Amino acid sequence: MSTVATDYTLAELCIVAAAEAFRHDGEVLATGIGVIPRLAASLAMKTFNPDLMMTDSEAFLLSEPNPLGKRPADFQQANETWMGFSRIFDNVWSGKRHAMLGPTQIDRFGQTNTSALGGTYQQPKVMMLGARGFPGNSICHANSFFVPGHNTRVFMDGECDFVSSIGYNPARLPRGRSLDDVDIRRVVTNLCVMDFGGPNHQIRLLSLHPGVTVEEVQENTAYPIAVPAEVPTTPAPTVEQLAIIAALDPHNQRAAQIADNPPGIRA
Amino acid sequence: MDKRLSARDAVAQIEDGMTVGIGGWGPRRKPMALVREILRSDVKDLTVVAYGGADVGMLCAAGKVKKLVFAFVSLDFIPLEPYFRQARQSGSIEVMEIDEGMMLLGLRAAAWGLPFIPTAVGLGTDIIKQNPDIKLVDSPYDDKEWVAMPALNLDVSLIHVDRADFRGVCQISGPDHYLDDWFARAAKTTIVSCDELVDTTFFADPARAREVFWERAATSAIVEIPGGAHPTSCNPLYGFDVAHFKAYNASAKDGGIESYLNTYLGADEAEYQRNVGGLDAIRALALPTY
Repeated sequence: MSTVATDYTLAELCIVAAAEAFRHDGEVLATGIGVIPRLAASLAMKTFNPDLMMTDSEAFLLSEPNPLGKRPADFQQANETWMGFSRIFDNVWSGKRHAMLGPTQIDRFGQTNTSALGGTYQQPKVMMLGARGFPGNSICHANSFFVPGHNTRVFMDGECDFVSSIGYNPARLPRGRSLDDVDIRRVVTNLCVMDFGGPNHQIRLLSLHPGVTVEEVQENTAYPIAVPAEVPTTPAPTVEQLAIIAALDPHNQRAAQIADNPPGIRA
Repeated sequence: MDKRLSARDAVAQIEDGMTVGIGGWGPRRKPMALVREILRSDVKDLTVVAYGGADVGMLCAAGKVKKLVFAFVSLDFIPLEPYFRQARQSGSIEVMEIDEGMMLLGLRAAAWGLPFIPTAVGLGTDIIKQNPDIKLVDSPYDDKEWVAMPALNLDVSLIHVDRADFRGVCQISGPDHYLDDWFARAAKTTIVSCDELVDTTFFADPARAREVFWERAATSAIVEIPGGAHPTSCNPLYGFDVAHFKAYNASAKDGGIESYLNTYLGADEAEYQRNVGGLDAIRALALPTY
C-alpha cells in the first residue's frame, strides 16, 4: 500500500508528475536532461516501469539509475553496456527513446527553441546553446518538456525565434508525413501538467498543481489552452516515492531547481 | 613510417581558409594544445567543424574563424560558451548550425566518399530554413522528402588521445571516444596529440588494441604533449579544470580574450603549463561526476 504524502516540495511534485510521462513507455531509453527530468526518469525506472533504459550521462547504460552528484568512493555503478555518444544516435534514430528536456521557448505548435533569441539569425540578440540534438530527437522519438518557470516568455506568442524541434505546425509539415508522426508527450511546469492532445494538437491542460487556477495558467501562456470541463489536481507524491527521490538525490539538488523551492501545497 | 612532429610543425600544415575538424565534446578531451598552437600562428579564415567548447570559443575570439559548423558550443557546467556567444551576437562569424547527429552523418559521408547521406533529421526545423545549402531530396523508394546531409569534407582534423605510438596507432582508454574516429576518417590530414608516446608493443594486449578506434592510416601526424587536453578533461588521466574555465569565462566580461591569452598562452606549451600551475597540477585534476 502506498501512503499519500502531505509534506512535499513543488519540485518533488513535478518529479512525480514528470515520471508519469514514462509509465507506459515499455523498453526505451529514458533521457532526462536536468535534475528534475533525470529524477523523474529514474523514479519511473525504480517503480512502475523497470523496463526503461538509462545512461550514466556519460558513456554507459545502467541497469539501475545512478544517484545524482558526488557518490561515495566505493560506489560502483550498475553498467549494462557501453553507450558512447556515437551509439546514442543509433538509439535516437531507431526511435526507442523518450527524452525530457527544458527548452527556452515552446510555441503553440509545440515547436521549441534552444538556440537563439531576438535580433536576426546572422546576429541574434542572445545566443544560447545551439540546436543540439533537438531536430533529431523531435523527428525520431517521443519527447516531453519540463519548464521550471511557467511564463509567457517560455510559452510565447507567435513562432519560436529559432525552431530547433519539429512540432504540430501544418506549415512546416514535411512532404509525405503526418502531424501524428510528431510525438510530444507531457509538458510539466511549476504550475501544471499539459499535453498537445487538444483539438488539432492544441495544447491542453491535464492537471493543476495544488492551489493553481486555470486563469493563472492561461495568463502565463501566450496562446489559448484547451481546458477540459473537469481539471484534476496533480496527484501528490506518495511517502514511498519521496523516499526513493531522496535516495536518488542525496545532495538535494532538486531544492535548487524551482525559484525559492516552494512547498507543493501553496501556503 | 615515423609520424612524430612538433606541435608547431604539425599545425603549420593548416593554411588560411582551410576546413578544420576538432575532436572531443564540449569540455571533454579537446586537442587544446594544438588549438593553442593555432592561436600562436598567423593562420586565419578557418571553417571549423566541432562539437564545440572552449576550442571554438577561443578560435572565434582570436579572429581565426570565418565559418563555424556546429550543433552546440558549451562548457557543460557553464552551459553557455562566453566567446562563442560574443561572436554570434556581434555577427562576426558565418554559421552552419546543424543537429548533433547530422554532424556525424556529414563526417561519415566525407569518410565514405559520399556526397550526402539521407536522413529525417532536420525536417520541419530552422536547420533547413537557415541552411540553404542543405537540400531536401526525393527518395527513389518512397514518397517522402528527406534531408540530404552533405559531406563535411575536412582538410585537417585535430584530435587528442591518451597514448599513441610513432606510427599513429592511437589509444582512447576513457569511457567515450566521442566522434573522433569520424573526424579522423573525414579529414585529408589528421593531427593527433597524445598524453604519452608508447612503444608499439603496448598495443599487443587485446584489451588495449580494442581501445584503438581507427587504423593508423587515418592518422597523419603524432605530437606528444602530456597534459595537452588542458583545460578540458582527458579521462581517465585528468578531469577538466573548473577553476580555469571559471577564469576563462570571467575574462569574457573583464579584459576579453587578450587578457586571457596574455595571462596563459605563452610562447609554447611549456610556458602555458607553467602559467597554469604545471603538469603535475593538470594530472591531479579530479574526474567529473555526472
